[in-house]
Amino acid sequence: MGLLDKEFSEGNIVIAKVDDLFNWARLSSVWQLGFGLACCAIEMMATSASHYDFDRFGVIPRNTPRQCDAIIISGTVTLKMATRIKRLYEQMPEPKYIISMGSCANSGGPYWEHGYHVLKGVDRVIPVDVYVPGCPPRPEALFEGLLKLHEKIRNESMRKKTV
Amino acid sequence: MKTREEIFEILKSQFPDAVLGIDSSLPTEPIISIDPLKIKEISIFLRDSEELKFDSLMLLSGVDDANGIKTKDEKGFDIINGGTLSVYYHLDSVYLKQKVTLKVSAPRENPEVESVAMVWRSADWHEREAFDLLGIKFLNHPNLIRILMPYDWEGHPLRKDYQNPEFYQGMKISY
Repeated sequence: MGLLDKEFSEGNIVIAKVDDLFNWARLSSVWQLGFGLACCAIEMMATSASHYDFDRFGVIPRNTPRQCDAIIISGTVTLKMATRIKRLYEQMPEPKYIISMGSCANSGGPYWEHGYHVLKGVDRVIPVDVYVPGCPPRPEALFEGLLKLHEKIRNESMRKKTV
Repeated sequence: MKTREEIFEILKSQFPDAVLGIDSSLPTEPIISIDPLKIKEISIFLRDSEELKFDSLMLLSGVDDANGIKTKDEKGFDIINGGTLSVYYHLDSVYLKQKVTLKVSAPRENPEVESVAMVWRSADWHEREAFDLLGIKFLNHPNLIRILMPYDWEGHPLRKDYQNPEFYQGMKISY
């Protein structure tokens, strides 16, 4: 946006659309719920750790849904866990975003046919914003998912939520 | 250290009615068959006897033998009548460096097995798992409730004739 390097130094006045300002603020600090389900959670933790450093995008794991902007569904969603995920999602404040990470959360993955205990896609209980394919996805893939989410947030408007 | 055949002879002389036999023809280790309602008594003997000293239950697992009469219902699903459900006990003696495998078989329609949770505490959760997934009832178990599936789940999923429900709490299960 060029705000920091150009505009601040001249008149101490920042001019921006409220939409742009809010979206910029929101997408720059997507706090995620510290929530791991299966092997994807290991990859998500690796993404958060120093080598890949999710924090450089402003993604910090928080320990309560009430302080979170996003939840990464990282792993197999069993039917027992699905009821808990729904409850956690409902406790998050608006605006809230969901990244579905890996084949299991997207569609049931290897459990799609004989998994009597697995929900075939987390989008059956909560609305998903970004799907990240992979089994499990590499940290780079999760970055791509987050950047897609950034793109989505950047195009939002205060008036109504758009795609 | 005793072989499984020697352990069988000891058990057979102590409990002639409850010890049913030994199957040595298996490609794995020989398995001793026990009466399901006498397993606790025998377990206590196995644990406390000076020459056996089986102080550790390594594994307790339930098995659907699926040896009953198989029929198909109108949708083409298998239905099994009769036959048995089995529980296998893998015991280890740390002191005497010996192992033994026991087996009990209970009728599929009313699978009742004496619990050994008060003999080896590791049996507690293993028996709950066998109850959860196969529906084997362990008599005198301290807390026989489901361990993996939700409490309001119906049926026992690892039975060979299990049919998946269509919905669970409004969530569609099939793909």
